[in-house]
Amino acid sequence: MRKMVFKRILSCRVNVSVVYSPASHREFSHYSLSLSLQLSYTVSRAADMDLQCLIGMKFNDFVLMATDMSQLQRIMVQKSDDDKMYQLSSHLVMAVAGEAGDTTQFAEYIAKNIQLYKMRNGYELSPSAAVHFTRHTLATHLRSREPYTVNLLMGGYDPKTDAAELFYMDFLGASVPVNFYGFGYGGMFTLSITDREYRPDMTEDEAYELMKKCISEVKRRFIVNLPKFRVRLISKDGLKDLPVIVAEGEAA
Amino acid sequence: MAASSYDRAITVFSPDGHLFQVEYAQEAVKKVVGVKGKDVVVLCVEKKSVPKLQEERTVRKICLLDDHVLMAFAGLTADARILVNRARVECQSHKLTVEDPVTLEYITRFIATLKQRYTQSNGRRPFGTSCLIAGFDMDGTPHLYLTDPSGTYTEWQANATGRSAKTVREFLEKHYSDEAVSTEEGAIKLVVKALLEVVQSGAKNVEVAIMRPNQPMRMLDIDSLEKIVGEIEKEKEEEAEKKKQKK
Repeated sequence: MRKMVFKRILSCRVNVSVVYSPASHREFSHYSLSLSLQLSYTVSRAADMDLQCLIGMKFNDFVLMATDMSQLQRIMVQKSDDDKMYQLSSHLVMAVAGEAGDTTQFAEYIAKNIQLYKMRNGYELSPSAAVHFTRHTLATHLRSREPYTVNLLMGGYDPKTDAAELFYMDFLGASVPVNFYGFGYGGMFTLSITDREYRPDMTEDEAYELMKKCISEVKRRFIVNLPKFRVRLISKDGLKDLPVIVAEGEAA
Repeated sequence: MAASSYDRAITVFSPDGHLFQVEYAQEAVKKVVGVKGKDVVVLCVEKKSVPKLQEERTVRKICLLDDHVLMAFAGLTADARILVNRARVECQSHKLTVEDPVTLEYITRFIATLKQRYTQSNGRRPFGTSCLIAGFDMDGTPHLYLTDPSGTYTEWQANATGRSAKTVREFLEKHYSDEAVSTEEGAIKLVVKALLEVVQSGAKNVEVAIMRPNQPMRMLDIDSLEKIVGEIEKEKEEEAEKKKQKK
């Protein structure tokens, strides 16, 4: 694949992909104070990633994706109309969660590179090709001084093969096609609902109802308040905005 | 231009201030015409006849740099390919850093600066292409720019580049008016008429690209082209008849 040469805003980043082992803990005393501070800050940032909720479900003719709309900073909600989904091309959407700043930077970088491919070649990358490119970028940055701490769900429709596609991708560069997935603590609750109720041949309305069920489960069981979810549908007609789901129901 | 001793190296000026390599590069270009209408820009290139066994591709000399920027070039295709590639990356890069699509002037300046660099460095020859860059800025105003191998760029309402560009430019100067190009059909007709002054008449010898604000580029299909060429020929005949009658 031809290398895509690209200018980027350089941003400094702490290495967050360090895996802790008991042995390395002892060696911390040899490091400077600033480094151990950085590493402890890492833990809080990883938790930050889990507080956000991304849900994606793939059906026979379309993909439904929902993301929470709260932008959180420590204990404060910065804004509650955030859009965590980025449109990469006419039939591909990427939902991103993770470290603040990394998410936007990575998502925009991928989106522009996918547009560049379209300009250079006259046709758009298929969803699976775009996913592979994204995964490759993520994995390359992982073992460098600027890894991105982002979890993504990429949902798209391939007009050539007439198939809906949904891919899971995490901050360690793993990527697999899935039928449905939920990122974050909120996602853990939705997995149980989808495991029980998901059927690949659901209609758009049935799928939207299933999404509503998942989100009300998140409201019942998750300690963090995620009141609103933005919902989008990707089908052969492209991208469609569905009404925002405001979670209803009593907490358990 | 008795220039043989001053045209060896790109970086040498001649006694009368010419950079001969750059001027020779300007001879390398073929024919392209562009017109800027009120809310439409039209670019037209001469389509050389291809050998029988060669695959004919519909778009060769007219390229999309971004959704709102069109470029037609005359000259060495390989050189243009490099320029187009760099311009495409720059268009996306600009969108990435400032979240706005490029203005026509910006991207023209970028291409022109790139070309100029190659006129002032050792071991590299200038790009043998002239580019007509057309499109719409974010606020909807149309623009048409011309760059040449020396790296200068100028803005035009209508222009031609390449061999016999002078004839075409004179024709455009005579016939260009704001009313003539206020409609899309008017602009297309003007462009095709201008190019047909110097190109063998026939719909299969020209390629026309049209762009309107916030709409994708449109290549004129062969049927519409033939209709327009037919109309132009009819008008020409009528004018010739009138002249004969006056005599």
